[in-house]
Amino acid sequence: MSDYSLLFLLKERRKNLENKVDKNTTASPCIQISHVNRIFGKKQVLFDISLDIPFSKIIGILGPSGSGKTTLVKMIAGIDEATSGEVFVLNEKMPKLSLMNKIGYMAQADALYGELSAEENLYFFASMYNFPRTKKKQRIAEVLELVNLTEFSKLQVKQFSGGMKRRLSLAIALIHEPPILILDEPTVGIDPILRKSIWEELRRICENGTTIIVTTHVMDELEKCDSLGMIRDGKLIAVGSPAELKAASSSTTIEEAFLYFGGAST
Amino acid sequence: MRMIAIMIRILQQLRHDKRTMALMIVAPIFVLTLMSFIFSGIDYDPKIGVINAPLQFINNLEDHDAHVTRYSEFDAAEALRLSQIDAIVNFENGVPHIEMEGSDANKNKAVLMLIQKVNQEQITVIEPEITYLYGYEDMTTFDNIGPTLIGFFVFFFVFLIAGVSFLGERTSGTLERLLATPLRRWELVLGYLLGFGTFTIIQSTLIAWYSISVLDVMMVGSFGLVLLITILTAMVALSLGTFISAFANNELQMIQFIPIIIVPQVFFSGLFDLSTMHPWLQAVAPLMPLWYVADALKNVMIRGNGWDFISHDMYVLLGLCAFFMIANIVTLKKYRKI
Repeated sequence: MSDYSLLFLLKERRKNLENKVDKNTTASPCIQISHVNRIFGKKQVLFDISLDIPFSKIIGILGPSGSGKTTLVKMIAGIDEATSGEVFVLNEKMPKLSLMNKIGYMAQADALYGELSAEENLYFFASMYNFPRTKKKQRIAEVLELVNLTEFSKLQVKQFSGGMKRRLSLAIALIHEPPILILDEPTVGIDPILRKSIWEELRRICENGTTIIVTTHVMDELEKCDSLGMIRDGKLIAVGSPAELKAASSSTTIEEAFLYFGGAST
Repeated sequence: MRMIAIMIRILQQLRHDKRTMALMIVAPIFVLTLMSFIFSGIDYDPKIGVINAPLQFINNLEDHDAHVTRYSEFDAAEALRLSQIDAIVNFENGVPHIEMEGSDANKNKAVLMLIQKVNQEQITVIEPEITYLYGYEDMTTFDNIGPTLIGFFVFFFVFLIAGVSFLGERTSGTLERLLATPLRRWELVLGYLLGFGTFTIIQSTLIAWYSISVLDVMMVGSFGLVLLITILTAMVALSLGTFISAFANNELQMIQFIPIIIVPQVFFSGLFDLSTMHPWLQAVAPLMPLWYVADALKNVMIRGNGWDFISHDMYVLLGLCAFFMIANIVTLKKYRKI
């Protein structure tokens, strides 16, 4: 796989150069969230969230279950819309159909077609993007290799284990080489070894110019992010790099820092 | 083309899911076969007990295939009580008195018809010559309801399978995942129409062919028109099913729509005589998609009429299909505004 990864790396670099050009011309961040509120019926889920996400970084969004993480990332992905406030992706206001080509989204629940094989699932989702036919096949092989599912490509997805489904979902999110990747709890149900390799892969993709947003409540994964946003009860309570957050709360772990900020807000 | 990709995916899913495919083709054929046996049954021959009847009367009854048994008064009463016979004809002083078993309306009618026929024969009249504008002399009930049944089964199974399939897209999260791609809502709805549409063309053809060739349901019109009607029926069922699935949270709730949406349509489709219903109930019929389906199919299959006679029904069905599709596209806004 290492030889292969190198190839992949080179290819991603090339693409990265294109992104860099784009980046230099605009000083604004990759994603800009400003004063976003989201109300479902009578329940307000997000309160006045403002957050800038720079290019080529891994941003971790952490918070307890039900704190509004998924709602926030769905707005960035363009599936949901803010009740008030604005979300800009690559300087354009979301939701916007043309921008969806540039976003890879991995939902919290594996959204796969159980009757279809891994390959058929990938082929179908690839068809949702504007792909040249030959490139499609090549890209499917690449992402299958990336998530270690090549040997299971012909197997029906309903026979997959939880971890395999997670990996296939990740492969689908990566299929169109999006400059922005949104992963909603990507490593749930994945064993530690594979989790490590996925994070290594995410880091590699990020270094090649992709902006990655990850939600999680697995604390040890947070150390691997460049920057963190802590959400509690729909409010963004702290933003910063893991080191900054730990220093600001004079704690030794992210977990402690989270408890510190969470406590301070109440 | 994203629409085509969805169509291909639906066909792939069906190919992998042999059971659903079988349900959509084998189940309607099975039920239609059963119904043809039940409704093509030969006329019921009543069992009559007679007391003191003249020989001439008994012969007349037997000429009409009735099973006649002579009884004493006591035995006749006993046989009637045990439902061994349908009626007693008791000649008291030469005047016949009929006592019916009475528990089955159809048997009652058969007995009365028989007695009437026998009575009429005693007064000799010139037998009128009967010709049929549509249909034929020994037309069975199944010939009459066959076209409606074909339409109904196509409608029912497509409604259910398409509805459950689209619902699965919501519950499994794939709908949300799809809407995170540049897929447009109308592309999704049309993709479904194409995917299931392709399959229902095969399904409708098989069902129509089987009913006409194997079950021998009356068919004097054009097979092409029958196909056109059944395919359009499938399209209406498909668009209605996928639209309705928005109001169900799981498969069980989808099933709950059957008594609300499907069953009433059966009553108004023409299986039962509408002209005896209360006028305001009759006014409900034109609101039911299946009513147009049944009307068009009967026009073609029984009356052998052409396009001119069914064009009105077809336009209504097309309109309904378009309406449900647009409603579905609008409803999908719940998941993504654009």
